[in-house]
Amino acid sequence: MADIRSLHDAVADLVHDGDTLAMEGFTHLIPYAAAHEIIRQGITDLTLARMTPDVIYDQLIGTGLVKKLIFSWGGNPGVGSLHRFRDAVENGWPRPLELDEHSHAGMANRYVAGASRLPFAVLRGYRGSDLATRTDTVSSVTCPFTGEELAAVAALNPDVTVIHAQQADRDGNVQLWGLTGVQKEAALAAGRVLVTVEEVVDELTPRPGGVVLPTWVIDAVAVVPGGAHPSYATGYTVRDNAFYQAWDPIARNRDTFTRWINENVRTEGPAVR
Amino acid sequence: MTTTEDFTRDELMEVNAARALAGARTCFVGIGLPSTAANLARNTVNPELVLIYESGTIGSKPTRLPLSIGDGELAETADAVVPVPEMFNYWLQGGRIDVGFLGAAQVDRFANINTTVVDRGPDKPEGRLPGAGGAPEIASNCGKVLMVLRHSTRNFVRKLDFVTTLGHGSGPGDRKELGMPGAGPVAVITDLGILRPDPATAELVLTELHPGVTVEQVRAATGWELKSADTVGVTEPPTPAELAALRALKSAGRDKA
Repeated sequence: MADIRSLHDAVADLVHDGDTLAMEGFTHLIPYAAAHEIIRQGITDLTLARMTPDVIYDQLIGTGLVKKLIFSWGGNPGVGSLHRFRDAVENGWPRPLELDEHSHAGMANRYVAGASRLPFAVLRGYRGSDLATRTDTVSSVTCPFTGEELAAVAALNPDVTVIHAQQADRDGNVQLWGLTGVQKEAALAAGRVLVTVEEVVDELTPRPGGVVLPTWVIDAVAVVPGGAHPSYATGYTVRDNAFYQAWDPIARNRDTFTRWINENVRTEGPAVR
Repeated sequence: MTTTEDFTRDELMEVNAARALAGARTCFVGIGLPSTAANLARNTVNPELVLIYESGTIGSKPTRLPLSIGDGELAETADAVVPVPEMFNYWLQGGRIDVGFLGAAQVDRFANINTTVVDRGPDKPEGRLPGAGGAPEIASNCGKVLMVLRHSTRNFVRKLDFVTTLGHGSGPGDRKELGMPGAGPVAVITDLGILRPDPATAELVLTELHPGVTVEQVRAATGWELKSADTVGVTEPPTPAELAALRALKSAGRDKA
């Protein structure tokens, strides 16, 4: 059963040093506020998993809390590079970053296997790509029925998954809608689940294409309005494309990045806008 | 960069990329230039084109160019929004998508793509690119693949530093041997012209020049000894209607969320 808790307490209890942590949300519903809480608490030596690391992981990587990244596309969507990610990979700043790199189809299926509690998933993927030469979580398997050789990807079972959703009810049942990405799979693959929500409502109203996670698969819900900013929550907020563009010059330089984190995240002052 | 006519090289590339979608029913759209081309196609040569974005939207009808593949308008205007595993497994791997439209950082003569790492020379760390995203499986599973990127020796290279996404491998037969369902890259549209794989060798050759561009210019911008088709055509100049549609798309509140 999910307890409705403060973000501080939920993160402190559920996210630990050395964890494999997935913070999912495909462009939409990215749990930024929870990432900022992790930075404030200095939870470190994390292995981060996410299909599209996005600015949220640029921030965590740049603060030196991350030792390894499991991912499939590491850019600032529509803008350019993730400069903190690149600096860590290319120059080891502020610490070296180990990579486990996949395609989107492979990552999605790794979560599917994780949610299914299977050891691996199969797909027609990675054919002719060098990607498989750089990871030990892609292999191949022969179909016992047709003889076709297929890619096998190892299950991804995070210690903890954090997602952002639009609503929870008072019992801690959660609903998210719009682009629902890979959140259901990432949550059901995890050992512990934290959901930040825009608001708590008396009753969840079914939405077309909505994903409902019952309270008994969630450990904690924290109410954080605007907690996806600069990503967004359909029905509540819009994507702050201007912030994504503004991030490029901030992150390009180590000092401007560190100053931004100190002024906007570490000193818990005004909400990050 | 303006040619003697009243349009830019980029506009020539974008208009020709949109034209390449005439007759397609469904297109898996990469962000950036492919998205510009696919949206322009909906406003010109192919109003019924079903745009599919990897964020899970099927049949998006945005009124302006999205900044990311997950902008809200893509979902709000879609016929269906599906979870990401479903998109890749049921729709893409299921063979339901006619055309995959990709950009690239590096392309070689067999239309293989690198978007992972680049060698920056001795004593320097590998340069990091964003990675694969959906491209390996898009290129494998769509009926065919179109590519659009600007033409330079930096992008069109003799040898890839890393093969992220297989085009035609090392020549004809490689895709079949690897069991790749789709036909692979059929055209690479650039700001100088169009390259297509030679049916006999699968090697990209110059088949069309944009108006005002010479074969020598294209060869100088290509990192391998680019061959020309027996007859090299010239693309039709953009029509006033195409240019108007393209410019309207680009000016339609792009940076407003």
